[in-house]
Amino acid sequence: MNVSFCVNGESHELDVAPNTLLVSVLREHLGLTGTHVGCDTSQCGACTIHLNGRAVKSCAMLAVQAQDAEVVTIEGLGSVDDLHPMQQAFRDCHGLQCGFCTPGMIMQAVDLATQVETLDADAIRQGMEGNLCRCTGYQNIVAAVAKGAVALKAQSGEV
Amino acid sequence: MYSFEYHRPNDLAAARLLYAEAEDPMYLSGGMTLIPSMKQRLAAPSDLIDLSGLQELQGIKDLDDQDGVGIRVGALARHNDVAANALVLNHLPVLAQVVSSIGDNQVRNRGTMGGSIANSDPAADLPAALLGLQAVINTQDRQIPADDFFHDLFETELAADDILVSVDFAVPRRATYQKFRNPASGYAVVGVLVAEYATGFRVGVTGAGPCAFRARALEDALNQSFSPDALSDVDVPDAGFNSDLHASAEYRAHLVKVLAKRAVSELTQQS
Repeated sequence: MNVSFCVNGESHELDVAPNTLLVSVLREHLGLTGTHVGCDTSQCGACTIHLNGRAVKSCAMLAVQAQDAEVVTIEGLGSVDDLHPMQQAFRDCHGLQCGFCTPGMIMQAVDLATQVETLDADAIRQGMEGNLCRCTGYQNIVAAVAKGAVALKAQSGEV
Repeated sequence: MYSFEYHRPNDLAAARLLYAEAEDPMYLSGGMTLIPSMKQRLAAPSDLIDLSGLQELQGIKDLDDQDGVGIRVGALARHNDVAANALVLNHLPVLAQVVSSIGDNQVRNRGTMGGSIANSDPAADLPAALLGLQAVINTQDRQIPADDFFHDLFETELAADDILVSVDFAVPRRATYQKFRNPASGYAVVGVLVAEYATGFRVGVTGAGPCAFRARALEDALNQSFSPDALSDVDVPDAGFNSDLHASAEYRAHLVKVLAKRAVSELTQQS
């Protein structure tokens, strides 16, 4: 069936089977392989994207449910030459080891930074609980989210 | 996931008609339980009827236009919308507290009030809130008091083709929710909501039994004397309680009392 939505600012109209997951469309139909499938049981958060500005797990959603939605993936956040402040913070703080969970971590971290006024380490740990890192690199991830949140606020002129 | 037909009707009547005409249909709301269940092939509907286009199921508003007496939450209200709603925060902050404890942020961005209640997971948070907050569940043609709604494991008063439209909450004098959270799933091992109304105390419990229930013995004790100690001698039998690798029935019964005491203690400190 037909579904149309906007991904990273670009309109797409696709013909998909109703049981196609949104993450499959992003990765396999649109070639946006930055969004990862980790657990496939909606626990690990590696597939986190923004749907109309909010972090959601794209492996727990049908593509047809995204009709008319604005989707942003990690590819739409920044580029190699122009990293998003949260991406830069993950790089600066070494908030990753193997990097598999990182796209989902960053998408959720951006949502968290825009939702919550002040983020202490505890609020970050609570806020990031839908994302798992199997390298157990949480210490640096928490530092990265804190730094990225401050950088985001500075960028949007709130500080 | 098995294949199925997908429909997104625009109103309640159209959704009901689609349901009547399909072979083995299911309604879809936020999909936070249903989609993973379908992926695991635990559910295999012939037709998915997506309710997200139904205006009748939208919105959060004052009930009967009476400020702060009751609040009606549309079935499609997502958990994070409820948690951030000004009306809820002003008059029913305990509901914001409950929905903020559900799952994780990504789940709260998609999961809905109606979906969670209709599914009636034995460890879901909202059923305790519905019982504790004297809620009434509105379907397309019926009003069901929460006290009559939860029947058994994943079984409610809803018929298969019923659509949960909204939930009416009565604003209590004060209320709080205490939850012993499974750190992996975010579900309640046990959750207890204590609320005070002019008519007395209500204690809603989830996670302990096959479905949420009111702990009447605890309510009676609180109506006699409102203090944590008043609950000390109340017997919470574990007969029929859930027992799994996370907690035994005996431990869950213990938690019911501990969490109720914590809730009472917190309410005592608030006032």
